[in-house]
Amino acid sequence: MSDKVIIDVKNVTIRFNLANQKVDNLKEYVIRLIKKELMFQEFLAVKNVSFQIKQGEAWGIIGTNGSGKSTLLKAVSGILKPYKGSIKINGSIAPLIELGAGFDPELTARENIYLNGCVLGHTDKYMREHFDEIVEFAELHEFLDSPIKNYSSGMKARLGFAVATMVQPKILIVDEILSVGDYAFRKKCTQRMNEMMSTGTTLLYVSHSLEEVKGLCKKALWLDKGEMRMIGNANEVCEAYLIEQKAKTEKQQKH
Amino acid sequence: MKIWLDRLKDFFHYKDLLKHLVMRDIKLKYRRSVLGYLWSVLDPLLSMIVMTIVFSTMFSRNIDNFPVYLFCGQLLFNYMKNATSQAMNSINVNGALIKKAYVPKYIFTFSKISSTLIDLLFNMIALILIMFVTGAKFSVYNLLFPFILIQLFIFCLGFGLFLAQANVFFKDVQYIYNAVMMAWIYLTPIFYPIEMLPKTVGFAITHFNPMYYYVKQFRDIFYTGTLPQSEYVIAGCIAALVLLVFGTGMFLKNQDRFILHI
Repeated sequence: MSDKVIIDVKNVTIRFNLANQKVDNLKEYVIRLIKKELMFQEFLAVKNVSFQIKQGEAWGIIGTNGSGKSTLLKAVSGILKPYKGSIKINGSIAPLIELGAGFDPELTARENIYLNGCVLGHTDKYMREHFDEIVEFAELHEFLDSPIKNYSSGMKARLGFAVATMVQPKILIVDEILSVGDYAFRKKCTQRMNEMMSTGTTLLYVSHSLEEVKGLCKKALWLDKGEMRMIGNANEVCEAYLIEQKAKTEKQQKH
Repeated sequence: MKIWLDRLKDFFHYKDLLKHLVMRDIKLKYRRSVLGYLWSVLDPLLSMIVMTIVFSTMFSRNIDNFPVYLFCGQLLFNYMKNATSQAMNSINVNGALIKKAYVPKYIFTFSKISSTLIDLLFNMIALILIMFVTGAKFSVYNLLFPFILIQLFIFCLGFGLFLAQANVFFKDVQYIYNAVMMAWIYLTPIFYPIEMLPKTVGFAITHFNPMYYYVKQFRDIFYTGTLPQSEYVIAGCIAALVLLVFGTGMFLKNQDRFILHI
């Protein structure tokens, strides 16, 4: 493991314009333009977040629903552009924000493996070389030539995970995707992620299961309403988060 | 300059994705149909036969070999229409994917224009059949067709990129597009001869309707069997490039905001 900084997030703020999102036709647009309402109602999903991740580290990101975890991951993956601040990435990213996002339901599994691989930025040649490995991991030999619309969500997740992790990316981003798989598959995935980390892959992991975060990650980041609440050792951050969550639920029960 | 070099590198990096997207469109188009790819030949052939029966009595005195005349125009116009209407929806349809992985977004638009072009090449078989059946003369100039298709491809790409980005923000674009297409097909001499029109309208069409530049060149090589007229070649190339620059510019300018709207 080296000390090379692989993800450098500096003062990142991500802004959504709530007012603008509702406008999807010209009439509305013109009306708002005249009323000068277009640029109002801004919403900052992530506020001034900075952190540095070094190669081979595993980071968990925790927080309540709507605290900006997924938004932050999207920004790191290059899907969203930050409004302020900068994000520097050294190396390839495999974003697992939703397993099998690129699957076309009409195509067969075989065709989808190639298509999905290319979505993740691989060449055809690379996919041909790793095709067998992917099928092996997903354990879907018999169904290779049936359209993916006939697959269950668990099977799709299996295939998606197999394609995305076959690559040995420098950075693996996992956003709460493993909840659909069965127990054996989850175990297999965890094992695979551990393997990848031991060979130098950096992991960014979002989950509501604090046990999983503690098990996989050394460090953690706690987001609360877009702001960074705590950053540091995974166990400490998870404890602090748990204590606050408990306090909150107790308060609600009293009311 | 560097940013364009990076973009070009990006494009080459994703060329296999482009290939698979195009293959997907072609494969899925005829999957589970009995005649399969044969429909790409039969479909334009059947609509040509219907239109010939309807219109030939009206215009046949002015046009000899009406089927070939009609088919040349119909082929190119249908391509433009199919390519751009699919390109218009390309970003919205692939929204789920764009939200979840980083891919250069124009690749979806590009792939639609390309897959319809391959369909057009299948359609060309029907053209050759018609020329054969009607006893039209073949000439070496027929072989110039890729040159015209490239112009039209670039034209459609520019137009498609513009439509795709506009459609992300305003759904109205689809309805405006339908009306424009309707007017456009009547303002392009596809099933009537250009000489039939009043002088001013004819002048406007031959000078300001880019589809006419391409249809005219196409008819020059297939219908009259000559070299395409140079002024239409120049006009066609200029129209294609202008639209490409405009469409790409608009697309690149707005693409970072797509994710907030799809």
